[in-house]
Amino acid sequence: MSRRTVAELSRSLARGEFSSTELTRDYLSRIKQFNGVYNAYITVTEELALAQAGAADQRRARGEYGPLTGIPIAHKDIFCMQDVRTTCASKMLSNFIAPYNATVVERLNAAGTVTLGKTNMDEFAMGSSNETSFFGAVRNPWDPERVPGGSSGGSAAAVAADLCAMATGTDTGGSIRQPAAFCGITGFKPSYGRISRWGMIAFASSLDQAGPISKSAEDAALMMNAIAGPDIKDSTCVDLAAPDYMATLNDSLQGLRIGVPRQHLAEGLGAEVESALQAALKVFENLGATIQEVDLPNSHLSVPAYYVIAPAEASANLSRFDGVRYGYRCADPVNLEDMYKRSRNEGFGSEVKRRIMIGTYALSAGFYDAYYIKAQQIRRLIKQDFDNAFKEVDVIIGPTTPHTAFKLGEKNSDPVTMYLEDIYTIAVNLAGLPGMSIPAGSHQGLPIGIQLVGKDFDEARLLNVAHQYQQNTDWHLQGPEV
Amino acid sequence: MVWETVIGLEVHVQLDTKSKLFSGSSTTFGAEPNTQAGIYDLAMPGTLPVFNEAVLRMAVKFGLAIDAEIGRRSVFDRKNYFYPDLPKGYQVTQLQFPTVGKGSLQITLEDGSDKVIGITRAHIEEDAGKSLHEDFLGLTGIDLNRAGTALLEIVSEPELRNAKEAVAYLKKLHAIILYLGISDGNMAQGSMRCDANVSVRKLGAKEFGTRAEIKNINSFRFVEKAINHEVQRQINILEDGGRIIQETRLYDADKDETRSMRSKEVANDYRYFPEPDLLPVVIDEAYIESVRAELPELPNAKRARFVSQYGLSDYDAGVLASSREMANFYEEVVKICDDAKLSANWVTVDLQGLLNKSDLEINQSPVSATRLGALIGRIKDQTVSSKIAKTVFEAMLGNEQSVDEIIESQGLKQVTDSGAIEKLVDEVIAANPEQVTQYRAGKEKVFAFFIGQAMKVSKGKANPDQLNALLLQKLKG
Amino acid sequence: MALEKSDVEKIAHLARLHIDAAEAQEVANRISSILNLIDQMQSVETTNVAPLAHPFDAVQRLRPDVVTERNEREYLQKIAPAVQDGLYLVPKVIE
Repeated sequence: MSRRTVAELSRSLARGEFSSTELTRDYLSRIKQFNGVYNAYITVTEELALAQAGAADQRRARGEYGPLTGIPIAHKDIFCMQDVRTTCASKMLSNFIAPYNATVVERLNAAGTVTLGKTNMDEFAMGSSNETSFFGAVRNPWDPERVPGGSSGGSAAAVAADLCAMATGTDTGGSIRQPAAFCGITGFKPSYGRISRWGMIAFASSLDQAGPISKSAEDAALMMNAIAGPDIKDSTCVDLAAPDYMATLNDSLQGLRIGVPRQHLAEGLGAEVESALQAALKVFENLGATIQEVDLPNSHLSVPAYYVIAPAEASANLSRFDGVRYGYRCADPVNLEDMYKRSRNEGFGSEVKRRIMIGTYALSAGFYDAYYIKAQQIRRLIKQDFDNAFKEVDVIIGPTTPHTAFKLGEKNSDPVTMYLEDIYTIAVNLAGLPGMSIPAGSHQGLPIGIQLVGKDFDEARLLNVAHQYQQNTDWHLQGPEV
Repeated sequence: MVWETVIGLEVHVQLDTKSKLFSGSSTTFGAEPNTQAGIYDLAMPGTLPVFNEAVLRMAVKFGLAIDAEIGRRSVFDRKNYFYPDLPKGYQVTQLQFPTVGKGSLQITLEDGSDKVIGITRAHIEEDAGKSLHEDFLGLTGIDLNRAGTALLEIVSEPELRNAKEAVAYLKKLHAIILYLGISDGNMAQGSMRCDANVSVRKLGAKEFGTRAEIKNINSFRFVEKAINHEVQRQINILEDGGRIIQETRLYDADKDETRSMRSKEVANDYRYFPEPDLLPVVIDEAYIESVRAELPELPNAKRARFVSQYGLSDYDAGVLASSREMANFYEEVVKICDDAKLSANWVTVDLQGLLNKSDLEINQSPVSATRLGALIGRIKDQTVSSKIAKTVFEAMLGNEQSVDEIIESQGLKQVTDSGAIEKLVDEVIAANPEQVTQYRAGKEKVFAFFIGQAMKVSKGKANPDQLNALLLQKLKG
Repeated sequence: MALEKSDVEKIAHLARLHIDAAEAQEVANRISSILNLIDQMQSVETTNVAPLAHPFDAVQRLRPDVVTERNEREYLQKIAPAVQDGLYLVPKVIE
């Protein structure tokens, strides 16, 4: 049954080739066999999965089912799941049993998915390598000596190693797209506001967005159909009915205008990534698209601006972890201040503390204008760059990452080197646009991803473009030897 | 040295909504600890705020009532600090773009003159929870029922010049809030809380002195005492050649003093920034007009109407319009008895005196507007005299009988039968020949003696006009 | 922009993080290198650019004033570090 897309599994379930219970048992046994190697899951919810699978089989028997009924998936451990441990890969929440469901979880439950467990991630989604997890690093299924990317590294590794049919992820500066590129799978970040953030533990509120991590664009469309759309619980979730993302997957690309950012082809881009990108552009040309260069003149400022805005928002978002109402509290505090400081010092890892410090500094008296306001002004310039580019083109395509997956430990001595890993993805979050990474080549046995960026709320077009590429190539069908 | 006091008030008003500012938790006062603290109020990870429409409506209503600029685009900000009664580690408030901008409030001073006090702004923010320090073996207990309740913080300009003005301002604010129905205004329960920024300067100085912020003033009476105490403290320091430190002081009502709060943080740095979980609140003209249409008649307009419609004095009209309940009570009395001036006297003097004596509010009045109206009606149609009416009024307390039943059963009806009065006059004249002689000799002051005698015999029930006329006629006779 | 140890201590206090004196210099160095990256922003002129707080020009939606939450105190306090009589307990707060 392994390494089949959700669309294929869904058809097999419909034809009765196997039951959801059988499929779920198969995935659970794969997790037992391989999770020790990849460390993709923090928590496996075996009992819940079997109960959900049994219920899905019963519904199917009654004829009540949709395309996701009985499909075994995994949730990034940033989504609250009621009565299930939800850790955000932090010691701070290592014993936190969430008292409610995230909207994403609620909607996928309603669609009939089976939850296999909660996947590993960088602590509080702060990282690009999955090495900051309190529960240990995740290993890349293509080469266990390498990182899977981050922060949704556990979800990406689980999908790549086929330890689930697909998974949820979140993306604040590239946390879905970069691990998708490193793991040779499809990662989709919708427009900011397309999917409710209710129940998704906040890193940077104006940048965070949930999305699918899957084996194909078609699978991403299936998940999008279940999770996208307005939610009264999230003020920043737009009141815009989501379209049927499956309906336009097969639209022709004839006449599609593709823009390639000049700045992304410059210094720093690995030759292997560039040649994979050029090959992919050829495929699109053959499908009737036209290619032109576009300018994103401020793109080099996206990382600096991001490292003000994201830590600033995070510094406040993480203040609630104070050891009073839930989460980690230090032993024997001598007074209130001691309780705050030691609980937070012992509960947070060093990258999280570093970002809280940067954010606190950027917002502090005397620095607010020079850092926070300046970063928001640059954010507008970056948004305007995209607006201008989209006057000329329908979709922007470039590299997802400068190179393929790096080795564990290779970049974690210098935070700045690590931050520059997200150089192509971060601007998309600042502008709130939909973006995705799809596999488009490989180098020395490691996958290469390309990034597709669309106009505001034009997710359907992105999924259409990616699907057409995947109908004409087979990079997305390749998997690691597990 | 002559000193001038400068006072600005920051008043926190708890808005009377069913649910909290950003969550669907109940706001009922006095519930068991933490039974009204839901997952957003507890700052559970992943929870998000959604703005309560009733809060916006109430804030705009208040803004219109003080003729303020209404923020067409208001923005929520996070104010960051750690405290156990602040679950998120930040308070959601409005810093740069409040919902209510510059407005003003007219207050009446003791000498009867009016003064306009500027209001800088009124912004919407979350309330904090409560810390309980007793009974936990040296630990503090945290109750988050109040956390996230909607507050309107109303900030005045530093234009109040003494404690009495501050009290007048606060009372006027209180009246408007009750008129608008946006808060119960209960200071004892903390629905209305006041911080005062107090400084003194040499009379005529241009610059303000260094100010102290006095917190925890929870009654009208304490406002005056706390400010007076603080002013004196500052003057004493300055006259001894000392300097005022800018600090926060706590008013201790038991000791009637203010004392310095040990500063929670060496230098507060609240690191305000726009709350990214909420979007700008945009208000259009149509919305403002829809709120304006809901505004009740406000104290000043009501006072003016009472003067023109009922011919009351400005003073009486002001007293009656000072609270919505009082004004409504008054108008109901007028509707029944159709005598505006008599009604004004009875409500502001007799009824108010009774309420003051028993420490009651007008809505707890033991005499209803209907019964008071009926009594005044009986004065008007001369069934009873004004004097006897006071006896009836006394009798009405703790008596369910109607006004007419009381008058009837206690025999208080005024005597208007001229035959009966004539008989009375004849009796009095016959019984006091000496005084008759005096009167007829030109000592007219004795007339009052006869009236008194006649009233005594009639037990006050003789119609005074008729009695007067007949006595005069007979004595002159 | 290079941070001093004393800056680190001040920020750590604002953020209620305990930083050992021994690590303060190391933390200062790492944060300084990040601030150098951030300072690239200063190379661009932004005088007349309006700050962008949200990617889209959406406006706040309003919620009807209705109580939707029930009392779940027992359930929500199961995950609390310390409670007594329904109250969350913390070390004594000194005013």
